[in-house]
Amino acid sequence: MSSRDKILAAVAANQPQLTALPDISFLKGDGTGALEKFVNTLTAIGGKVIEISSLDDIVAHIKATTTLSHRVISTLSGLSEATEIINDSVVLPHTFQDVELTIINAHLGVAENGAVWIKDDLLNHRVLPFICQNLAIVLQKKEIVPTMHEAYEKIGLEKYGFGTFIAGPSKTADIEQSLVLGAHGSRTMTVFLV
Amino acid sequence: MSIETKDHAELAETFNRDENRVDWHDETLWWIRQKRDKSVHQLPEWEELRETASQIKHNVLSNLSSYLQTFEANAIANGVKVHWAADAKEHNDIIVGLLQAKGIKQMVKSKSMLTEECHLNDFLEKNGIDVIDSDLGERIVQLAKEPPSHIVLPCIHKKKEEIGELFHQHLGTPAGNADPQFLTETARQHLRETFLVRKAALTGVNFAVAETGEFVVCTNEGNADMGAHLSDIHIASMGIEKIIPERKHLGVFLRLLTRSATGQPITTYSSHFSQPRKGQEMHIVIVDNGRSVQLGREDFRNSLKCIRCGACMNTCPVYRRSGGHSYHNAISGPIGSILAPNLDMEKYADLPFASTLCGSCSNVCPVKIDIHQQLYKWRQVIVKNGYATTGKKASMQLMSFTLSNPTAYHTGGKVGRWVLKHAPFAVNNKFNPWYKQRDMPEPPQASFGEWYEKNRKSK
Repeated sequence: MSSRDKILAAVAANQPQLTALPDISFLKGDGTGALEKFVNTLTAIGGKVIEISSLDDIVAHIKATTTLSHRVISTLSGLSEATEIINDSVVLPHTFQDVELTIINAHLGVAENGAVWIKDDLLNHRVLPFICQNLAIVLQKKEIVPTMHEAYEKIGLEKYGFGTFIAGPSKTADIEQSLVLGAHGSRTMTVFLV
Repeated sequence: MSIETKDHAELAETFNRDENRVDWHDETLWWIRQKRDKSVHQLPEWEELRETASQIKHNVLSNLSSYLQTFEANAIANGVKVHWAADAKEHNDIIVGLLQAKGIKQMVKSKSMLTEECHLNDFLEKNGIDVIDSDLGERIVQLAKEPPSHIVLPCIHKKKEEIGELFHQHLGTPAGNADPQFLTETARQHLRETFLVRKAALTGVNFAVAETGEFVVCTNEGNADMGAHLSDIHIASMGIEKIIPERKHLGVFLRLLTRSATGQPITTYSSHFSQPRKGQEMHIVIVDNGRSVQLGREDFRNSLKCIRCGACMNTCPVYRRSGGHSYHNAISGPIGSILAPNLDMEKYADLPFASTLCGSCSNVCPVKIDIHQQLYKWRQVIVKNGYATTGKKASMQLMSFTLSNPTAYHTGGKVGRWVLKHAPFAVNNKFNPWYKQRDMPEPPQASFGEWYEKNRKSK
């Protein structure tokens, strides 16, 4: 008997009598003030939120925060004047190790925890939001939901290869519980709200 | 490792020698417990969330064999290779086999308590494979050649000066520099090189969704993602109990996990891996290692609901003052003390006794595991199976005789009070385990019985 069959047989023999799955549809967030909550939560966990009226504001931000020697990449075709557009998935992910700033879209934001949801169709390369020194996200205000329950309701059963919730800059408190921003992922996270 | 031969009380005694450190350890963990409370109190539906999570996990346990097969089928359809390991040895053999087949001699690993349970690092080393732990806390204990002392905060027992010294020895930082910001930056640079050159990455699994075949890995540092997305081969190790039925259930568990662990509303990264990226291989190793046996133990099966948040450790008065290493098991604290005897009842017979049964662990558990009740039940099983120590057996027999014999009880009380008052040296010495790190109490003037006789009965 293979280990697979042995394990499954042992589990089947030992599992308790079937109990029903609880209904979770009653778990819902309150939509009022979701935008404000999102901004406050993300700010509290070390992120930065900037309201913008057009992509021009992002271009101005890039000019203000980077120098010409910095590598700035994006997957937003509207930023082709100011950034290197990444639409080719052939190059090795390692080639992004020198990226200073990455700017990508997010599908939705979650008010209760300041997280944004990004799937690989917005990334081209999965490593993009992790390997850069600084991360910037473009998020539509109307895509902010109150809690994780609404987030998964929106995501539904759609197929994806990879998707991730990102909430703030990478961080660690492993040394005596002293919070340090910038562990292995991006040192900062800025969300541009449209 | 030499610590394996000592029991919890002996190891705690070693930890307790440095009183200042114990106080610091105690206060640090209690501070994390307070952060958890602050975060939890912001959600009026917290208790409903816990109850729902507990019920979902109960359904998982009751239908696990079917969910595992659904998960497997969906993962395979997603292009992931699925392996099954009955025990730690098979798990380790599978990993080494996968690496050797590709001629890979170096791997980077993010946090996985399962690989600690299986002692994977030692096994890889013996097979000539170099492994680097990428979580900062895990890297620190790896450099110190120690196991993690906490499942969420692996080096919570270490002072920054000790970490500075380790980095000075191994990573060439200036001697005496113990600044957390500086040390973290050093680790970032050092591990970035590692991520860029290692072809294999191993991660743990926080949740595996039967409905979709995807698995979710949560980190604050981004180390799991850096490893996985830069590797040619990504291996994810998971225990059979990591299954949840549907994707939407992630909403419940991701809301509970980090609030319970550190008080954050969510980890920085909650990554959902469904398919390998183009040109990459993705493997999942599903491990039993005693879990199916625990599933058959009616009194203890709820321990398999655990989502590894560590809240029971942060709140435990024994853990906070004895340190994670005193549990001599990969998973320490209250939850470790009910998981470990299932693996080896004799070796871990001491752990269910390392508790005051105060119940704080059960109160904070996000999936409502009855931890302190299971600790109490394990004590009975351990004594019945003959694994209690001789001293414990003798003292229990004496206690049983005294409590069932009124004359012995009253005489014993009187003698005790007299000794504490007139001959304290008879108990304030090293032969009395209660005297260690403690002062004996002031003896009361009379027993409650005597007091009652005098003050109440006559009126």
